[in-house]
Amino acid sequence: MAEVEARTAAEAARARPLSPHLQIYKPMLTMMMSIAHRITGAALYFGMLLLAWWLVAAASGPNAYASVEWFMGSLLGQLILFGYTWALLHHMLGGVRHLIWDTLHGFEPAEREMLAVTTLVGSIALTLILWVVGYLVVGGPR
Amino acid sequence: MRNSQHMRTPIRRVRGLGSAHSGTSAFWHQRITSVAGIPLTIGLLLIIASLLGRSHAAVVQILGSPLVAIVMMLFIANAAYHMWIGMQEIILDYVHDDKWKLLSLIANTFFVFAVSIASVYAILKISFGV
Repeated sequence: MAEVEARTAAEAARARPLSPHLQIYKPMLTMMMSIAHRITGAALYFGMLLLAWWLVAAASGPNAYASVEWFMGSLLGQLILFGYTWALLHHMLGGVRHLIWDTLHGFEPAEREMLAVTTLVGSIALTLILWVVGYLVVGGPR
Repeated sequence: MRNSQHMRTPIRRVRGLGSAHSGTSAFWHQRITSVAGIPLTIGLLLIIASLLGRSHAAVVQILGSPLVAIVMMLFIANAAYHMWIGMQEIILDYVHDDKWKLLSLIANTFFVFAVSIASVYAILKISFGV
């Protein structure tokens, strides 16, 4: 038993070759989109707190709801909601890109680049459209 | 793990080394919830757009109508599972210290349950008007 433990410890201590990490690669769009997919995912994770806060306030009554409305309508609140909208759309389009890859399509260099650009341009465009429509047609937060 | 062909003993499993053998199902469930997430996200955005600038009474009335409440709850349940898998993947990628890894995996589960059950409860309360 002791022999086994000693051997495993020695095995673990032996320096193993490591593959190079992110910093040695030249930044590329597809790589940035991969990182953005993870960051937006993590942001949306904590963003679910906002949704929960809003729903619980609506269930609690007009006073609680008014304070959520006040925060969401403030400059900080609007910035957070704008970022949340983009993160949601970007993560959704990035997810579609991953689903396309799951079918073994879109791996050629030009296709990868095109998908990355489409994800980025699409998420920014959709976010702007939603907010312009929200402000012009519905009138934004009142 | 009694296998007469190998010298391998269960000690590796006791130490928690090697694969957990649940990666494929996590991958697959992440794909199922991502497919479901597309129409549900569009539904959520439409619902929120229809609530912009409305009074509390109107918001409660719309959120409590069956179709809206069902879409909202499906979105929350689907997102809860999707984000639980996703955050677990992030933790396993970056947190290598056993103690912190265990604590953050537990915190992930607590967070997901707390946020999703609070949201679903709020929708049910609004729906049944209690």
